[in-house]
Amino acid sequence: MAGGPSGVVLAELASRPGRDTAVATLIKLTFIGISLLFLMALLFAPLITVFAAALDKGLAMYFASFKDEDTLAAIRLTLITAVIVVPVNVIFGITAAWSIAKFEFKGKSFLITLIDLPIAVSPVISGLIYVLLFGAQGWFGAWLQERDISIVFAMPGIVLATMFVTFPYVARELIPLMQQLGNDEEEAAITLGAGGLMTFFHVTLPKVRWGLLYGVILCNARAMGEFGAVSVVSGHIRGLTTTMPLQVEILYNEYNFVGAFAVASLLTLLAVVTLIVKSLVEWRADYKKR
Amino acid sequence: MMNTNRRGMAGTRYFAATLRVIALVMLALAGVSGCGSSSNTSGGDAKSVTLLNVSYDPTRELYRDVNERFSADWKAKTGQQVTIKQSHAGSGSQARAVIDGLQADVVTLALAYDVDSIQRTGKRLGANWQTRYPDNSAPYTSTIVFLVRKGNPKQIRDWSDLVKPGVAIVTPNPKTSGGARWNYLAAWGYELHRVLGPDWKKKLDDPAAADEVGRAQASAEKFVGELYARVPVLDSGARGATNTFVQREIGDVLLAWENEALLAIRAMEPGKVELIVPTISILAEPPVAVVDTVVDRRGTRQVAEGYLSYLYTPDGQEIAARHFFRPRNPEVLAQHRDQFQQLEEFGIDEVFGGWQRAYATHFADGALFDRLYAAVKR
Repeated sequence: MAGGPSGVVLAELASRPGRDTAVATLIKLTFIGISLLFLMALLFAPLITVFAAALDKGLAMYFASFKDEDTLAAIRLTLITAVIVVPVNVIFGITAAWSIAKFEFKGKSFLITLIDLPIAVSPVISGLIYVLLFGAQGWFGAWLQERDISIVFAMPGIVLATMFVTFPYVARELIPLMQQLGNDEEEAAITLGAGGLMTFFHVTLPKVRWGLLYGVILCNARAMGEFGAVSVVSGHIRGLTTTMPLQVEILYNEYNFVGAFAVASLLTLLAVVTLIVKSLVEWRADYKKR
Repeated sequence: MMNTNRRGMAGTRYFAATLRVIALVMLALAGVSGCGSSSNTSGGDAKSVTLLNVSYDPTRELYRDVNERFSADWKAKTGQQVTIKQSHAGSGSQARAVIDGLQADVVTLALAYDVDSIQRTGKRLGANWQTRYPDNSAPYTSTIVFLVRKGNPKQIRDWSDLVKPGVAIVTPNPKTSGGARWNYLAAWGYELHRVLGPDWKKKLDDPAAADEVGRAQASAEKFVGELYARVPVLDSGARGATNTFVQREIGDVLLAWENEALLAIRAMEPGKVELIVPTISILAEPPVAVVDTVVDRRGTRQVAEGYLSYLYTPDGQEIAARHFFRPRNPEVLAQHRDQFQQLEEFGIDEVFGGWQRAYATHFADGALFDRLYAAVKR
């Protein structure tokens, strides 16, 4: 099969596992080196660029970028959206994961497919479906207009689109975890006379809490960072319907590079914090298992 | 057993604390954001009123100035406080958004075709919209010019120089960008003019000259095809193409709106790029219109009409000129002559028979541009 010297080397290495030779160390270092270089080029370099560009004209200019009213409004809108979207998706995610992991019913696999849908669908489509539903030419357009309700090109549309894009995160985190942990403890609790809710809050929820927290973090990060779907339903009204990622684009296109990268640096910080919290959560989870 | 249990309990406490912190942070954020946001979607009372101006990409800076001056002017005249919200994106997608229900009181777009589609598909304004304001409802105009690198190393002076060997051209995609359609039609018009001579506009309408016109159109098709064969990056919008040329330093020449080109020269380090005005180019008329259904529902007709009329006042014209749009008012234009070089300009109606026809012939799916570009890629 695999001929040549490398095949021989590998075969020889495989025959005596656990022992470090010079060749093995070399291979190990090469692989680590390649991964590190890859990470540097793809992750760290852009990260550094963001902060370098944001601080290009000094700290004063950097902080002045956050005094702009439209930028503040964009930050505010992003936070409001996350505050609405994340709790709703947590409740949805827990109920969906609970029913899928703990019960057998018809159409279960269909439900799982539906939960995965937003990940499979392009964000642009996720935005467009709301325009097609609630836009003036859409199914409910005339009805909404008679009642003077705006959904698309206003905050409700942005919240809906964000919700759609982020709803798989909590559920997808919890389903495999709940399935893997099994139903033994729950069955024991019910045998001992606990009701459904009590079982849930005192047995299931504590078991999956770290997975849940991880799901919440991912959901929040995506909710704040979503660009495509929000861009379609936003209407791009400055100071009213632009979120942080849209504001980055606007500032960049206005040749305001410091402002654009200052807002981008906030989003980057969010990503860094997300990663740190994620590592902490995983570390806690590992520690617990041991 | 005891040990793991205790550890588990510690974990629960830690987790509960984390949750509590998250909840507190969220509450605080909600509080902060709640205080600051005062949503206002309806038109407003006699004291204050909001307008939404849905515009295209290159007018951001222009309307920021106009809004400020108009607010002050309107307040002095009527005592009413007016706040104008702006929305900017590609002209075509903005028209689509208004059709889909974006509550624009006024639209100020790149080309009449887009306002026409709001009229035809959305039925949001009267069919006579283009005659409601002077000069085809276009208070300012622009034209298509070239930006080249410092010192003009490729010696580009006119349209014919664009197809010289070794010249790379940056222009956005006419399928998605309003500005790019003007670029394309300007190049086409140049070649028609070159083949047909000085009385070309007459010949275009003259059935007796059909043969000659046919040859000129074939020549224009070849010229524009050669031009697009030299485009390395086809951006989706005008501002994107400008950034490709100026920031990323791709290409030898950028076909751009005159206003975009002048703005880029001012915004960038001086001396990086130079402006070249060709001998002949297209007269671009970005139109403005009040969206009837929206202003009537919100009760903002008076202020919306006042806003668009303001663009035609000497003050409004002066602001337009300062943002590199050619004012219609001859006196204001004369004051800015050093900025706006004279050139021969042709209109879309006289050469291409209006936007509807130009669109169907050149930009519709499977029309000339699609065929030209498919040939280029092969």
